[in-house]
Amino acid sequence: MSLEPTPLSAPAVPTKPAPRPSGPALVEIDRLNFFYGEKQVLFDVTLDIPEKQVTAFIGPSGCGKTTLLRCFNRMNDLVDVARIGSGEIRIDGINVYDPRVDVIELRKRVGMVFQKSNPFPKSIYENIAFGLRLHGIRQKAKLDEIVEHSLRGAALWDEVKDRLHDSGLGLSGGQQQRLCIARAIAVEPDVILMDEPCSALDPLATTKVEELIHELKEKYTIVIVTHNMQQAARVSDHTAFFYLGKVVEFAETQKIFMNPSNPQTEAYVSGRFG
Amino acid sequence: MSTSPQAPARRSILRQPSWRARAEALFFLLLRMGTYSVLFAAAVVFLDIGIKGGRVVFQLSPPFINVPFLTQSPETLNVFTADGAKVKMGDREFRAFKAAHPEKLRDVPVETYVYSAGGIFPNIVGTVLLVVGSMVIALVLGVCSAIYLSEYAREGPFIRLVRLSIANLAGVPSIVFGLFGFGLFVVALDWNVSLLAGWFTLAFMVLPIIITASEEALRSVPKGLREGALALGATKFQTIRTNVLPYALPGILTSSVLAIARVAGETAPIMFTAAYVVRDQMPWQVEKWTDFFFQGVMALPYHIYVVASKIPQNDYTRDVQYGTAFVFLFTVAGIALAAILLRARLRKQYRW
Repeated sequence: MSLEPTPLSAPAVPTKPAPRPSGPALVEIDRLNFFYGEKQVLFDVTLDIPEKQVTAFIGPSGCGKTTLLRCFNRMNDLVDVARIGSGEIRIDGINVYDPRVDVIELRKRVGMVFQKSNPFPKSIYENIAFGLRLHGIRQKAKLDEIVEHSLRGAALWDEVKDRLHDSGLGLSGGQQQRLCIARAIAVEPDVILMDEPCSALDPLATTKVEELIHELKEKYTIVIVTHNMQQAARVSDHTAFFYLGKVVEFAETQKIFMNPSNPQTEAYVSGRFG
Repeated sequence: MSTSPQAPARRSILRQPSWRARAEALFFLLLRMGTYSVLFAAAVVFLDIGIKGGRVVFQLSPPFINVPFLTQSPETLNVFTADGAKVKMGDREFRAFKAAHPEKLRDVPVETYVYSAGGIFPNIVGTVLLVVGSMVIALVLGVCSAIYLSEYAREGPFIRLVRLSIANLAGVPSIVFGLFGFGLFVVALDWNVSLLAGWFTLAFMVLPIIITASEEALRSVPKGLREGALALGATKFQTIRTNVLPYALPGILTSSVLAIARVAGETAPIMFTAAYVVRDQMPWQVEKWTDFFFQGVMALPYHIYVVASKIPQNDYTRDVQYGTAFVFLFTVAGIALAAILLRARLRKQYRW
């Protein structure tokens, strides 16, 4: 396993590996069946996540949105009983559950922002430098540059530039979440997974994060899980509606909310159940 | 508000005397008395040692501390009458005196009391050496296995068996550890009665405390911190080293404070493995540096045991007993305090 700095650790636009063998989708989910022990939680999920767009997963609690999201960067590996029954998730045409895949490299390319903001109990600067050091970046000047770049990217720079060496835990909830986003984009991933990033934030902080998501999709492919349908409508280009572990409908956000083809989707987005 | 005729009369909110209230008051009194009795017992023990031991360790004239008691080795006390006065002398002094003035001791009865003169310096040194060495071993082994158990091992029958063994190890009497150490380290490995054998015996004795508490401390580190690091592409080991272990260290040190008190205080495990009743050389007076690990030492708890039960009792030995107990309490408190200060510093450094 090599910890050599990969091209994607540079602040510039990451050099993409060999041309992708399949269409415009960056992440393809192909008839995925997923189990926790004996209990099946995802049934034949098939989705193509388009590149440099925001894809939202909506659906009632327990429908498998988060589970699917955590398959993308194999965070489900942390759960002993989690296993893939059949199907594939392909990034660049490579199944991420292929035993030859280096999970570490995968997670460097697929960043994640968690439901509960989890800045490390270190300074703001160190929070961002942590991922960079993992990538082998040690020069102070380079670290400084990327820290500033990522904080600007997360629209946090102006608020924290004078206290970079204060603890990240001293920030407000919304700032903490943006710090986590800055931490994720510092290592220049291709995909950013967001697991209900605003569920613990007040409306003002939520607005800021949503604006940020708008800006980030210029450079990154974003997948966001949300319970807030207005949020999905506001930030996403495509929306997948999940119910009981199945994708009920996947289409452009506009269509899902204005003109859903499935009656269940319509019932959910109009607030009649869920 | 009900207007039906069956509605019960309104009850007053004023306090009514009742058996239940009295029983509860009595119960609270019981709880309080139970707590106070513990306090009382602790106060009696500490005051007893503090007063009687303080009299030995401190003195009214400058330098107010009984320096010889803290800096000399134990000696035999000789008591005799010379020139009409009662004289108390340690053994070395007595021999010099006898050589210089043989006439003064002619036909004079001399009473001797072992270990009642001199001080307990080698014992203090020995106890500190035993504590430091065994804590290093116990922390290394304990933290390693705690990390393995909480981070790497998958729950299964084998791991359950391991946990069960650790829990049972905690209940084994210390004398059994002494015999184990004697059988394994002293006899089978041929380390003789030595610091090394004592270190390992004591370390195995406190391992259960350290493993259990360290595991608890590791588990209490929020899951978000691990996931955050893993999601950035850290390996499992990097995650543990940078994002789990530092935050668990204060909890691990708390457990080691308990372990220190136990290691310093136990007599039975070192009785067969590391402790000498008396030894003339200090631990650093060794020919080769390797000999350092293979020498026995004197230790405070064992000294108390010997002075209190293995030699004829009298007022002089009682002073040594209480003085040793007093110094012992302070030594343990000192080592524990160092660990607590270290923990406070770590907590400040890694606040979450």
